[in-house]
Amino acid sequence: MKGTAWKFGNDIDTDIIIPGRYLIYTDEETLSKHCMEGLDDKFSEKCKKGDFIVAGTNFGCGSSREHAPIAIKGAGISAVIAESFARIFYRNATNVGVPLLEAPGITDLVKDGDEIEVDMSKGIIKAENGDEITFKKLPPFMLEILEKGGLIEYLKNKRE
Amino acid sequence: MSSTMSEKILARASGNEKVEAGDIIIANIDVAMTHDLTGPLAVESFEKIGVEDVWDSSKIVIPFDHQVPADSIDSANNHIIMRKFVENQKIKNFYDVNAGVCHQILPELGHVVPGEVIVGADSHTCTHGALGAFSTGIGSTDMAMVFAEGNLWFKVPETNRFEITGELKDNVYAKDVILNIIGQVGADGSTYKACEFSGQTVRDMSVSDRMVLCNMAIEMGGKTGLVEPDKKTIEYVEKHSNKPYKIFKTDLNAPSLKTINIDVSDLEPQVACPNNVDNVKPVSEIDEEIDQVFLGSCTNGRISDLRDAAKILKGKEIAKSTRMLVIPASKETYLKALDEGLIKIFIEAGALVSSPCCGPCLGGHTGIIGPDEVSLSTSNRNFKGRQGSPEGKVYLSSAAVAAASALEGKIVAPE
Repeated sequence: MKGTAWKFGNDIDTDIIIPGRYLIYTDEETLSKHCMEGLDDKFSEKCKKGDFIVAGTNFGCGSSREHAPIAIKGAGISAVIAESFARIFYRNATNVGVPLLEAPGITDLVKDGDEIEVDMSKGIIKAENGDEITFKKLPPFMLEILEKGGLIEYLKNKRE
Repeated sequence: MSSTMSEKILARASGNEKVEAGDIIIANIDVAMTHDLTGPLAVESFEKIGVEDVWDSSKIVIPFDHQVPADSIDSANNHIIMRKFVENQKIKNFYDVNAGVCHQILPELGHVVPGEVIVGADSHTCTHGALGAFSTGIGSTDMAMVFAEGNLWFKVPETNRFEITGELKDNVYAKDVILNIIGQVGADGSTYKACEFSGQTVRDMSVSDRMVLCNMAIEMGGKTGLVEPDKKTIEYVEKHSNKPYKIFKTDLNAPSLKTINIDVSDLEPQVACPNNVDNVKPVSEIDEEIDQVFLGSCTNGRISDLRDAAKILKGKEIAKSTRMLVIPASKETYLKALDEGLIKIFIEAGALVSSPCCGPCLGGHTGIIGPDEVSLSTSNRNFKGRQGSPEGKVYLSSAAVAAASALEGKIVAPE
């Protein structure tokens, strides 16, 4: 996977990812238009399909709203790479099919707007200057959930 | 065989003799709660799974509290989706727009007892650990899985046990204690940990105060908040519920237990400053004028909070430059406040009193703040844009600081 890195700081909460006033909507398209609106109201226009969010520690802290990973997915983000993640968000993102890669050191390696490359099977992120950083590879079942687009699709697929 | 109370509850719920922190287990769910804002996504996912009936219609609780009464056609549609689900699935415990905030009515109406595993599609579900349950927030897809199967996988958490000692000074409350703890450990200071609150100070606290501590465990990343049940817990539970319960306590030599000692004897009233809950300072260090005060929410909208605030506001007038919004957390709280004359005190002081709901806490319904406005709120989050405009600012405090500040038009501690 190759794309542009959009860089954010520490403790990016779910109110930043999708403000509370949009929780009355459930569809990916509407939610995606307001993705990261708390910090950057032009984010969904700037972000291209396949881009990455790179962030510091505790990404996704705050509420249990699944609208947050749905908005990120709808905006076309192919993975969120962070120093660490909050726990409810981690589970929700996997369940809706957004890969979260925990890569300590990523914020020192990547600048906002850098072009980066992610190899999911090897667990390697390649920065614009060619430097590499590893992340803990996701277990096979999680990769399969993400590949199918989320937990529900994964289960339906298994049943068929 | 030493274990924490979280490990013991999860062992019971997963049918194991013993589980240890780090184990992945599948636990049976005793109570599953979703509300008008996270419910529609859960219902959508449940319908996609293709299972016809929920696993147990008596174990699901659905309160409407976030957008009540409906403030837009979209909200009204969400309510319609949920009412249809309730009807089709014969959900017994449904509370429409007139009942109150989910985390207040769940214990108040007897849905929470010690030893249970409770999940809610709301991050402040950790509140219910105040009664000795393992209670945690989950997303809508996980909730759909619970609706279908009645169980969910968990990684058994390690425990941070906050041993709190010292007598609280006048005008210092549970809210000040928890804000101080979050300020010390940070917004990710207890990520994936069960946060147990123990020590003499907690034993001296009422069940309501313990709910304040547990409610905010998520603000340091906690998986749940917990207080070991004692006489006060049992009294509360037996008054409100007729469900059977089981009491679990932590063995102090449990390997996954880390104890953090907190002395609160010198603690002053605290506030969390914008835009993070761990940005905590004593009120005495703050010089800030306020446009709005919100007294309410699942953190501090209980009768004890309304009493604390009314004591300060009685016979006085709120500053002209400030508006105050009081929202009792439930119908029962509202009725008590009416009986005790508290509502009259608020209205005479110049406050607005609204019907039970989450109110301005998450900036989606009433009492939204505009650009450059400052809100002082007894709720639990002050993230950028949380109560409306991203250019607005939100401070968090106890009910007493909120009331004293409303009179002055700036953030001050009660005298």
